[in-house]
Amino acid sequence: MLEQQLVNALSLGCVYALFALGFTLIFGVLGVVNLSHGAIFMVGAYAAEQAVARFALPLWGALLFAFVFCGLLGLVIDVLVLRPLRARNAPHLIPMIATIGVAIILNNGIQGIFGAQSLRFPPGLVPEEVLMLGGLQLTALELGIIFLSFALMAVLLVALKKTQFGRALRAIAESPKAAYLLGINVEGLFFMTSFAAAGLGGVSGVLIGLYSNALFPLMGQPMLHKGIAVIILGGMGDIRGALMAGLFLGFAEVLSVAYIGSNMRDAVGFGLLFLILLVRPKGLFGTLQERKV
Amino acid sequence: MRQNSFTTSLLSLALTTTFSVGAMAADIKIGVAEALSGGAAQYGVAIRNGFQLAADEINAAGGINGNKLQLIIEDEQGKKEEAINVFKKLIFQDKVLMVFGPTLSNSAQAADPIAQAAKTVAFGTSNTADGITSIGDYVFRNSVTEADVLPETIKMAVKKSGIKKVAVIYGNDDVFTKSGYDNFKKALDDLKIPVTTTETFAKGDVDFKAQLTKIKVGNPDAIVLSALLAEGAPIMVQARQLGLNVPIIGGNGMNSVKVFELAKGKSDGLYVGSPWSIENQAEANRKFVVAYTTRFKTAPDQFAAQSYDAMNIAAQALRKIKLGGDLAADRAALREALPAVKHVGATGAFSFRRAIDKAGKPAGYDAQQTAIISVTRGDKFSIEK
Repeated sequence: MLEQQLVNALSLGCVYALFALGFTLIFGVLGVVNLSHGAIFMVGAYAAEQAVARFALPLWGALLFAFVFCGLLGLVIDVLVLRPLRARNAPHLIPMIATIGVAIILNNGIQGIFGAQSLRFPPGLVPEEVLMLGGLQLTALELGIIFLSFALMAVLLVALKKTQFGRALRAIAESPKAAYLLGINVEGLFFMTSFAAAGLGGVSGVLIGLYSNALFPLMGQPMLHKGIAVIILGGMGDIRGALMAGLFLGFAEVLSVAYIGSNMRDAVGFGLLFLILLVRPKGLFGTLQERKV
Repeated sequence: MRQNSFTTSLLSLALTTTFSVGAMAADIKIGVAEALSGGAAQYGVAIRNGFQLAADEINAAGGINGNKLQLIIEDEQGKKEEAINVFKKLIFQDKVLMVFGPTLSNSAQAADPIAQAAKTVAFGTSNTADGITSIGDYVFRNSVTEADVLPETIKMAVKKSGIKKVAVIYGNDDVFTKSGYDNFKKALDDLKIPVTTTETFAKGDVDFKAQLTKIKVGNPDAIVLSALLAEGAPIMVQARQLGLNVPIIGGNGMNSVKVFELAKGKSDGLYVGSPWSIENQAEANRKFVVAYTTRFKTAPDQFAAQSYDAMNIAAQALRKIKLGGDLAADRAALREALPAVKHVGATGAFSFRRAIDKAGKPAGYDAQQTAIISVTRGDKFSIEK
């Protein structure tokens, strides 16, 4: 049973990590706790479901569609909500609260269009048979989620460390003003980050929506709560931290279900989170002075 | 200016006239307070549809002794505070004769006392938790409580599938699924069926494999599941993926044809019990299913069937009384007429049963109905006997 539970923990941890990647990215660069990320996640799932149902897109098409659709949505949110607040130098809490408003609009908008009943992706979009690996049951989708969360983290890390674009982003994360004085197109990079972070949110919405096979307008809210815990634990804005903390929460939850009892799951998961933050107030990978991208 | 005020007064005169003419036609105002937005809207919308369908049918057939039913529909958002606000608005401002709703038992606990104090009937069609009808003698419901249904479901599953021991999994952060669990637990105790393990999950969880892996270790003959569809369907799928192919005994929340869509290919072997089944071929139910599907382009669920029946039950009581126009007297007359109603509707034969309050004195009225037990087979509910 332990082996199977470890596999379960790995796939659940990667579900959390996948969600947290975009969430932590936007915080790392823009310094905004984007509380509409859960709603964007949900919109990604619905957009892909519609695209698949109407145009019979294959899975990669659906993922691409969700990435672009949510990316554009992220841009719109940035232009309409976040940029005006940046321009006014609004204090940190204001954009966060504004994104709650965005989430309410998106949740109710989707509910108005599609209703509150659960939807699902058409069957057959992902191979549904269960793979048996030495007595362990694992679906192709779980493997995909595990692979993708590691791959996306690697891509983001390499992009941030090794490319000119990444260096510019890190400069902005350090200080937007200094970056601007150095001739970096700060607003342009803010837009790109909003696009990429929301796109990642959409992709995770599709994969996790496929995983649970139940899309509903409020599906992003519980995920958002877990996501907040994950990015705080990982160190706000830290990409590696998002993955490690996602895995940590996944393992903590699954092992507490296995050995303590499912009633205690959240108590154990969040209790451990609390203890770690006592020891490392900036999270696993965060550092006290600087924000990391 | 003078011209303006003259037009205004003309207009208001015209308005007053129209309104009084409207009143002359003696519409019977019925309040409907259901969750039309938020998480509970997946039930509230079906419930509202059931009311509208029934009211339109009654009106098309000549109304209540010539008077039309007029529904005043409000969204209580599935929240206690909002349910209280909406009940107050309907009772004191709109001056409705009676109120249907609210959607969730939680909200009913909060809002029904207002109707009780105002001596106005509060009629719940989806409140299944214990104690709602203990609030007072103006509180009615036609939703069969899970306390009545779940023992029957378990007995049938035991009989058909030879179940000796079960595992239990339920949502512990939701009143509905938690109260379903309490009733399951009591029924399992009464029937002396051992429980291998009891697991919980939270709303919005997407992964249940940790709990299911643990359940599998205990090797149960069936899984008892108290969940809403958004979590219940993935639980069925993931159980099958882990090789847990035992029957699943579900509560009220799983009694929906949606399960065939959400758990496609993995939906077999689910037992549910309810007075209503979409496969029940009785005349009244067939008519309801066809009418509902034609109008709303989607299959009805239990919640729609119960609200549809509730409207017809109220209509039957309304036909027996003479409305004099004195609101308090009319409300009381309706209260007196309701308990005697016997109705055969989409959910089968129905009558009220007196409930008692905490002190053991007679209070409101619960539903008295027999449950139909169905099991899923090949993407269909089939009725077990």
